[in-house]
Amino acid sequence: MVVLFTVLSAAMLICAFMAFRTPRLLISALWLAGCSAILSILLYLMGAYRVAVIELSVGAGLVTVLFVFAISIAGDETIEARSIIPKSIAVVISLVSIILLGFMTISSLVLLPATVEAPFSEVLWQQRGLDMVVQSGLMFAAIVGLMGLLAEAKAPVHEKQAVKAKGSQLTQPAVKATPATAHASQEVKA
Amino acid sequence: MTALQVAVVGVLGLIGIGVYGLLITRNLIKVVVALQILGKGALLALVAAGAVSGKINLGQSLAVVVIVVDTVVAVVALAMALQVKRRLGTLDVKELSTLKK
Repeated sequence: MVVLFTVLSAAMLICAFMAFRTPRLLISALWLAGCSAILSILLYLMGAYRVAVIELSVGAGLVTVLFVFAISIAGDETIEARSIIPKSIAVVISLVSIILLGFMTISSLVLLPATVEAPFSEVLWQQRGLDMVVQSGLMFAAIVGLMGLLAEAKAPVHEKQAVKAKGSQLTQPAVKATPATAHASQEVKA
Repeated sequence: MTALQVAVVGVLGLIGIGVYGLLITRNLIKVVVALQILGKGALLALVAAGAVSGKINLGQSLAVVVIVVDTVVAVVALAMALQVKRRLGTLDVKELSTLKK
């Protein structure tokens, strides 16, 4: 079991590292999907079956589709310029955060005996009911915000008038020849 | 070393990679990828904490909240990145600082 956990954790970390290391955005989204899929296997092995299914469908499915959709609209732009923060400082900051977090968690990692616990549905809907209400509000706010963000910007008024005038010129019928214009055209021919 | 300790090492690795990615990348979509990796680290940490304390269902219910919030963050951040691309023509984070021009 430990060997399987070690192999899966290493594969997950490699996928996560490659997700932002690769220059192409589309490949980056695929590495992230692989990371989510391996994470869902780990969750399943830890006994969190429901979360594993949700992570596989939402994390590896929906979020990947969203990334591919966004990349297809924005284009696969690769930015090869240097990072704003020097890499050495970024490595030091991330190492310090890992060491501090590891010092706090691994030292206090004492396995407690399993207690009798309420079923998952009761915990989710009754004990953590407020979380579900907040999630519903959050999703509604996200949908409204998304509609506002993805909406096409309205054209300014003078542009609209110019487009309307151009359209009316195109649809206007040809001018009928009046006696004066006919006379002028005969003079030109002469 | 137990399996849960290996999972905690995985959590630390995910959080370290996410922080490093947030600091190093200049592409807006890659920033969202780094945020997703950080969210996955938090998700695994919650489930591992639930498994250690013998309350796996509580850990699962909190992990569901993290998944929903993470997805909403990704949706809104990607939409904002698309708007930035439409208005500025680039996804470079450095080009967003227009105040200095």
